[in-house]
Amino acid sequence: MTLGLVNANPVVQAKKERIARTLNQYKDDGLDPLDIYDILSSFLNIRDPEHPYSLEQLSVLSEDSITLDDNLNRILITFTPTIQHCSMATIIGLCLRAKLKECLPLHYKVDIRVSPGSHADEASGKEVI
Amino acid sequence: MDLMEKNLELLEVQKLEGHTDRVWNVSWNPVSSHAHGTLPILASCSGDNTVRIWEQSSLSRSWTCKTVLEETHTRTVRSCAWSPSGKLLATASFDGTTAIWEDLGDEFDCISTLEGHENEVKSVSWNAAGSYLATCSRDKSVWIWEVLGGNEFDCAAVLNGHTQDVKMVQWHPTMDVLFSCSYDNTIKVWWSEDDDGDFQCVQTLDESSNGHSSTVWAISFNATGDKMVTCSDDLTLKIWMADISMMHSGEGYAPWTHLCTLSGYHDRTIFSTHWSSDDIIASGAGDDAIRLFVDSKHDSANGPSYNLLLKKEKAHEMDINSVQWSPSKENRLLASASDDGMVKIWQLETKL
Repeated sequence: MTLGLVNANPVVQAKKERIARTLNQYKDDGLDPLDIYDILSSFLNIRDPEHPYSLEQLSVLSEDSITLDDNLNRILITFTPTIQHCSMATIIGLCLRAKLKECLPLHYKVDIRVSPGSHADEASGKEVI
Repeated sequence: MDLMEKNLELLEVQKLEGHTDRVWNVSWNPVSSHAHGTLPILASCSGDNTVRIWEQSSLSRSWTCKTVLEETHTRTVRSCAWSPSGKLLATASFDGTTAIWEDLGDEFDCISTLEGHENEVKSVSWNAAGSYLATCSRDKSVWIWEVLGGNEFDCAAVLNGHTQDVKMVQWHPTMDVLFSCSYDNTIKVWWSEDDDGDFQCVQTLDESSNGHSSTVWAISFNATGDKMVTCSDDLTLKIWMADISMMHSGEGYAPWTHLCTLSGYHDRTIFSTHWSSDDIIASGAGDDAIRLFVDSKHDSANGPSYNLLLKKEKAHEMDINSVQWSPSKENRLLASASDDGMVKIWQLETKL
């Protein structure tokens, strides 16, 4: 057991104001990145295990993390763990995937990756999750 | 007959509905689908824990589900394979067991259950003589089982070597050489030199042998067994070759070498590939499409090259897990299985 904090000095952002949107909008027209961000917004309030800050404030996930190709029905989510050996990376990825699967129509293809250079396991060439 | 010159299309013959979860694998009965006067039979297995047997009616020419093999596996059935005699069906499951079923005509009887793997069994394959069975698992091992008489199966070997989940096992079509492919990006070749059941890993095809750079999902041989195709998460198909006449004449092991790589055709993981008896390579991928490739037959300094014959987009509504050509020489039938819960039968025909 390490005695000190693994991530002693996190970089913290200000919390953003957001307007609530309804779930029904996703089914009719095409999706846009903001729709997906809404689905994942509940994750943004998850606290980092070591500090009283949310994942959003620690820039793990933001609106820029989401790329949507509506023609091909593909979604790419890129999140940034706060540290290179973040042990929660796989769990965060799996939770993001499970949440999207719950809310999106079945034909969407979802890829979830850690942003380049942000995680030690990235080099193995496989999706971290 | 140069296939590239014909205007070919892949027509959907029928959509087989019934499974209530994703369909992982399909297998054509080698005898009934091949011989004259008998009707083709197809087996499919699914995340709904069942196996379905589909048969084509001689009157209506349409396919119906003849039997459902249920209440045996307690988890997903991941792979199914008919024995060369067509009388037995092996089914591999996430519940860690492989069941052997006998076709009794109007029903199937589970005659044996092979246990031993520590977790999910991913694939099962019979050798050409029907005397060996091979299975592989997420436990990283490959098991070889000897088929004894009287519904007896004995574990002949437990082969360790892969460092990750083993996705598929496939026996060579003419020799008792076993091939396995894995999440560890390699293909391993297992052989018993003295034919005494002592199988060893005689070759590993990894990145240094011009192999894949990510998970290898499937292996398929051509009819003569001197070439094989493999598909991968690295978005390529690779063709390999070996001098098998050398092996047939007892001169020892003939290693497999990389012949060519088909890249730039797929932009999502290729989950399945199958080499037909008349040399058409089919692929099923994560972009819901089926692609067919043929040898371009143009000699070049770099060896043979393959061309895309056709691409069937949106063949399914979700990822395609398996593509299999029917062994029948009369028509070019292809079966496909998908995450969308469907099995589809396709016919390759000349456009009118």
